[in-house]
Amino acid sequence: MTNLKKSAVLAALALGLSTTTAFAQTEINWWHGMGGHLGDVVNQIATDFNASQDDYVITPVFKGSYEETLTAAIAAFRAGEQPNVVQVFDAGAATVMGAAGATIPVQDLLQDNGVDFSIEDYIAGVRYFYADTEGKMIGMPFNSSSPVLYYNMDALTAAGFDAPPATYEEFEAMAPALKEAGYIPLVQTHLPWEFVENFHSRHNLPFATNDNGYEGADGTEILINSPEMTMHFTKVKEWLDADLFGFFGTGWDDNQAHFNDGDAAMYIGSSGDFGGLTAAELPFEWASTYLPYWESITAEGYQTFIGGASLFAMAGHSDEENAATAAFFEYLTSPDVQYMWHRETGYVPITTAAYELAKEDGHYERSPAAETAIQQLSLQAGENTRGYRMGFYVQIRDVQNRELARFLNGETTIEDALATIETEGNELLSRFAQTQQ
Amino acid sequence: MKRAGFDSRWLPILLLLPQLSIIAIFFYWPAVQALRSSFYLEDPFGFGATFVGLENYLRLFRSSEYLKNAWFTVIFSVSVTFLSLAIALLLAVKADKVIRGAKTYRTLLMWVYAVAPPVAGFITLIMFNQRWGPLTNFFELFGWDFRVRLNYNDTAIAMIIASVWKQIPVNFIFFLSGLQSIPRNVVEAAMIDNRSSVSRFWTITFPLLAPTGFFLLITNITYSLFDTFGTIDTILRNNPGDNPVTLVYRVYLDGFRGQDIGGSSAQSVVLMVLVLLLTVFQFRLVERRIHYN
Repeated sequence: MTNLKKSAVLAALALGLSTTTAFAQTEINWWHGMGGHLGDVVNQIATDFNASQDDYVITPVFKGSYEETLTAAIAAFRAGEQPNVVQVFDAGAATVMGAAGATIPVQDLLQDNGVDFSIEDYIAGVRYFYADTEGKMIGMPFNSSSPVLYYNMDALTAAGFDAPPATYEEFEAMAPALKEAGYIPLVQTHLPWEFVENFHSRHNLPFATNDNGYEGADGTEILINSPEMTMHFTKVKEWLDADLFGFFGTGWDDNQAHFNDGDAAMYIGSSGDFGGLTAAELPFEWASTYLPYWESITAEGYQTFIGGASLFAMAGHSDEENAATAAFFEYLTSPDVQYMWHRETGYVPITTAAYELAKEDGHYERSPAAETAIQQLSLQAGENTRGYRMGFYVQIRDVQNRELARFLNGETTIEDALATIETEGNELLSRFAQTQQ
Repeated sequence: MKRAGFDSRWLPILLLLPQLSIIAIFFYWPAVQALRSSFYLEDPFGFGATFVGLENYLRLFRSSEYLKNAWFTVIFSVSVTFLSLAIALLLAVKADKVIRGAKTYRTLLMWVYAVAPPVAGFITLIMFNQRWGPLTNFFELFGWDFRVRLNYNDTAIAMIIASVWKQIPVNFIFFLSGLQSIPRNVVEAAMIDNRSSVSRFWTITFPLLAPTGFFLLITNITYSLFDTFGTIDTILRNNPGDNPVTLVYRVYLDGFRGQDIGGSSAQSVVLMVLVLLLTVFQFRLVERRIHYN
């Protein structure tokens, strides 16, 4: 054997030894659906976690959209190849939480691994959305957002106003002047989320039987065919017909584009749009405020709940790997990391400590719009404000979008639209309940 | 005359085996799985399942929405197949007559073939953008307030235009080579007998193109039913709202996106039966009228 070959073999052996040392670290993986800038921040968090200690290594994997991520995780679970951590979006929560053996409740995971856990550390509107009937946290809230009202300050000034509307009654009074000033007064971006789900929370109205579905899938029925919903959508249609409201389909961007272009004076969007709007450097002054409510329904608005997604620890892994997952969750919820995530993306910090840190750092003096959602999530709570838990909810949202768009396009009446959503929604719910037996 | 054959009966089986196993693994096995799960309502993670008999099927035929999707699929497929065949044939006949610059002309026509379906969908979205799309602006000249992704019919038209545009080059290539394989002497003889080029086309050229046409008819129906998925998905972006969807896209929405395994399996079984019937119909009824030689 020549010397060259010998040294190559030695080098290979040395490499083998060093990798073996690296293998002493526990490796876990994290499947997520965060693309673009959000994906970069996710990778940053993982890199920082890996650098912060020597025992664990986490690898984030981008799996496409939220739906694709969930489908991939389910397929992997059935094949016994599931990731340690998976990101699941709000509408998919019931599917994952219904399959009790598929995940380890995050609260158990943390406590079993000696991490201090108190649900009271989490911001009120975030706390119970991914919790079970007893209030035990099952999924770790991750990218949490809530619907808020964004407004173009220049547009309001042009129409002679100095503040945005707090209620839909105020909006109704302001809208003609905004139209007169050449603006579409208001657009929305997600009918089910903004005008249905959070509408119920904002007015503390029940959205489904069985405590909004939290008590279990069996017998849960959607409560959408109500006088309040009828009234709200009848008004929206009146505004639409009078050019006081713009509707450009059920796609998010088709609607928001009118605000970014300066055509629409206000839009209801996600608190998570904050980062994107800031980066877009819009040529006008803008800010955000609470999602409006109807004073005729409630004298004072209630808190909304979170949308976005959460992280679930999947079952079927070794204790070492679960310890690594627990360590990662502990790191992720630490105030510094939460503040970084909040600052970079616009999603709300999930713990009070992180919120305090952001306040101390003067983040909200620099960008007041970043605080709107946290304050809104901390408004008065009611028995119907924690969220909802409904199975096959992705399809129920599709039915809502379809029927409400049909109504706004003038193809059906609001009575028929709501009745159809109720019938088809309840059929889907009872089908979901059958899958859980 | 001695028939050519195999000496052993195992050799042909051995040679067929790779192909058969591919069909078995990628078609029969999933098909049987789909058939089985269409009778169940199943937890996506596989923890629980309830046997529901034919309920998943009955539900489809009770649903006015499913029937509406089915009707749209028929209109969509017929429009896409007819338009892409007709336009391609017209272009091929005209291209066949071009002598100078023929190559450039043909290459330009075939170019679109290289465009992937999602890219085709994306180009459609740009052309039909609600606010600044060139085609939206063009329609506006005629007072047509075209709103893709908002108006049901407008979205349907955009889907059809995109799918036809994407398919024309393939048909064009086949029609053109079909035209060029028609013997010159037949064409010349026809020219002596009949002065009208239109009637020569229908009596001579068209029947001689029939084998190519039949092949293209089948591939185009398959294309419009299944391969337009990418285009439709890019236009709807996972958010159907009040927009048309085809049956294939609906299988994806309910099964892949909505985790309703039983319901979407029933839908795929329905589709399988439809394709089977269509194939039988094509070969039994249409092909008999076609002369190959």
